[in-house]
Amino acid sequence: MLSFIVRRLLQTLPIILAVAALIFVMFSVIPGTFASSMSDDGRSVLDAEVMTRMNKEFGLDDPVYVRFGKYIAQLATFDLGTSFRTRQPVADVIAERLWPTAQLAIASMLFAIAVGVPLGFIAALRPGGWIDTLSMIGAVSGLSLPKFWLGLMLMYLFALVLGWLPSFGYGDGSIRYLILPAVALGVAPLALLARTTRAAVLEIMNADFVRTARAKGMSESKVVRWHLTRNTLVIVLTTIGLQFGTVIGQAVVVEKLFSWPGLGSLLVDSVTLRDIPVVQGSILVIVLLFLLINMLVDVLCAVIDPRIKYT
Amino acid sequence: MLKKFVITTALALTMSAGAYAETPRQGGTIRFTAPYGSSFANLDIHTSNRAQDEIWAKAIHRALYNWDANANKPVLELAKEVTVSGDGLVHTFKLRDDAFFHHGRKMTADDVIWTFTRLMDGAKAYPGARYVRIIKGAIDVEKGQAKEISGLKKIDDFTIEMTLTEKVDPGFNFYQAMTSIYPADEAGKDSFNSKPIGLGPYKFVEYVPGSRLVAERWEKFYKPGKPHADRVTISIMGEASARDVAFRNKEIDASILGPTQYVAYKADPELSKGILEVPEVYTRIMGMNPNFKPFSDKRVRQAINHAIDADLIIKRLVKDKAYRATSWLPISSPAYDKDMKPYAYDPEKAKKLLAEAGYPEGFEFEWTATSNESWGIPIVEAVIPMLEKVGVKVRIKPVEGTVLSEVARSGDYQAFIWSNTSGPDPLTSLKCFHSATPQTACNYTQFKNAEFDRLLDEAAATDDAAKRIDNLKKANAILREEAPMWWFNYNKAVMAYQPWIKGLQPNATELAIQNYEDIWVEASSPAAK
Repeated sequence: MLSFIVRRLLQTLPIILAVAALIFVMFSVIPGTFASSMSDDGRSVLDAEVMTRMNKEFGLDDPVYVRFGKYIAQLATFDLGTSFRTRQPVADVIAERLWPTAQLAIASMLFAIAVGVPLGFIAALRPGGWIDTLSMIGAVSGLSLPKFWLGLMLMYLFALVLGWLPSFGYGDGSIRYLILPAVALGVAPLALLARTTRAAVLEIMNADFVRTARAKGMSESKVVRWHLTRNTLVIVLTTIGLQFGTVIGQAVVVEKLFSWPGLGSLLVDSVTLRDIPVVQGSILVIVLLFLLINMLVDVLCAVIDPRIKYT
Repeated sequence: MLKKFVITTALALTMSAGAYAETPRQGGTIRFTAPYGSSFANLDIHTSNRAQDEIWAKAIHRALYNWDANANKPVLELAKEVTVSGDGLVHTFKLRDDAFFHHGRKMTADDVIWTFTRLMDGAKAYPGARYVRIIKGAIDVEKGQAKEISGLKKIDDFTIEMTLTEKVDPGFNFYQAMTSIYPADEAGKDSFNSKPIGLGPYKFVEYVPGSRLVAERWEKFYKPGKPHADRVTISIMGEASARDVAFRNKEIDASILGPTQYVAYKADPELSKGILEVPEVYTRIMGMNPNFKPFSDKRVRQAINHAIDADLIIKRLVKDKAYRATSWLPISSPAYDKDMKPYAYDPEKAKKLLAEAGYPEGFEFEWTATSNESWGIPIVEAVIPMLEKVGVKVRIKPVEGTVLSEVARSGDYQAFIWSNTSGPDPLTSLKCFHSATPQTACNYTQFKNAEFDRLLDEAAATDDAAKRIDNLKKANAILREEAPMWWFNYNKAVMAYQPWIKGLQPNATELAIQNYEDIWVEASSPAAK
């Protein structure tokens, strides 16, 4: 197992490097610089001398290959550079935003797991029943709803109509502020988890080994506990892992809508303002989180099902 | 239209004056919003020229001058008086001796000199450098040829002599937040970037990046009895629909409205009672590149102006959240000519002008535009059929704001649509069309007209205020006639405010930027305690 983890960690290196190179190339090709972004609202005229000096200060007047060399050299020392906008180390800028995004992602996934998995399970135990029909209609709807619209509707209902929760903001970081954005973000993975769980349970219930167990006289509760749960969990865990990464990537819409101070809104702002070091750093962190979560899921699957061998 | 503007302005001023007639209540929290994006750049206002950042800076910092929204001009803020030499170049400022930084130290002349010298640091790229450059010797510091600005002299702790390179009103340069005065002893420290110290009415408490900034009353603020509220919370809310819900839910005290919300709020019997409308100093235009052959002919440019029914677009698409433009200078400009008429919608005349210019069958051009609802692709899409009627075909080139800014500066366009600042100083604003102003600065359409230059040069040189305004009006009329742009509209900024919030100012330079010390919250506010 340890060698597997080490190997997986080493495998992330070329992925990280490839992503870093891709982002660098993309932002070298697309037009617009941080300096030009400062006049994008047409409000402030930034004079040409300041723009030139700004490009020089940030090294943007160097040839592309020089910038790329500097960037890779920085990365090799785990230095993500300095933000053009905040003039702080990128690592610090990202660190400020990482916890709120983690809070949001964890809360939305907990919501998705707590509702989606039991729903899928129940639906599969009585396929074709009203719970199955209703939950699957809900699941398809949940997957189709745009997060922005859903977020607005949640705001409208729970803040404006019912007055139960604040409509926006981070507040003191308490759960009251977390609920609405977490639900808005968690509905899509909930739907997917419900569908995946249902499909997995149905497949396993009809598997040969389950039929054999029943034929041998194993009680239904034991069948569910020993065979169904364990085998389903591997599939569900894999889905959770993938969804966790997706949720972090998709948090941007919800973060912007709810004024949530996370990594997603930082990334969008940085793209708009061409704060390239922060864009590169944020994407690298998101990719790294995605890889780590999925590695963790692989390890958990192996723990749950000893038949899974990672070589 | 003008009558409408006069009524609106009168209402705004009456509201403001009315507010002052009441006795301001002390205490409570002002819950403001920063609507232009999802974050602040950082907490060093010298590094940002964005309106989004000026919104928080106004709570914490102060500059040598401040914008008086009611008088519509810059007024002294950190100086008590200024005397100007006969040639108009030497300004002697008597600084306030009662302005304390938030760490308790009194502001002196050294802080002002340190701040301006910092802004001219040639190794850094402070946007405010363009404003300080009018001080003699500032450019030498910028180029690394001097360490001190020769045109800035400390006479004593509270007196500064400032020598300018040209005869301008320094108020228009030094009311800008990016020239805010910093404490010389603290601003050089790393901690200053996360805990700013200023001279403003509120001192910094906390900043949650991407979410909010909180500041609390500064007890030693130099204006007696102010600020009125105990705290200011500025929530970063870039999404208009989220602001709408929060406003209706009484979680925020004020919200900048877009066209769609403007209609909804005006139609609502309750919400319509709290709407502040101001003609801001932004002109929405379509710039035409003179290097693109058809646009090199004045008649073609005039034809474009005649071919578009701007009034219809303002009414239907912009929902009347704009005033029809006649030329460059906006309604709130002191040099705005109220007798000037906009180009009439006249497709027949447009066809005739096109035929005279050698384009009887029209032509095709590429129009660079962003997705902005008030001056972007939605507007271009409405214009396309109007231009087609006179034979002119349009291809849209969609770009984002950052790219548009670059495209306009580089001249890599045939036409672009944008919203540009056209004030508050009419002279500075019109200089963007002076032939000496490069395209990389703000002469995006490479405008060149000898008579225009002469009028502007005379306006800059004269001491006669009436003659200056007269010259600027004439220069603005030349722009109208030469039509380097399609004159679309002047922005009408609209702010919705709660009934308990008082003392808001009709700031034509940017409505979202308020002097928080003048605002107070009544007891009916949910945040009154």
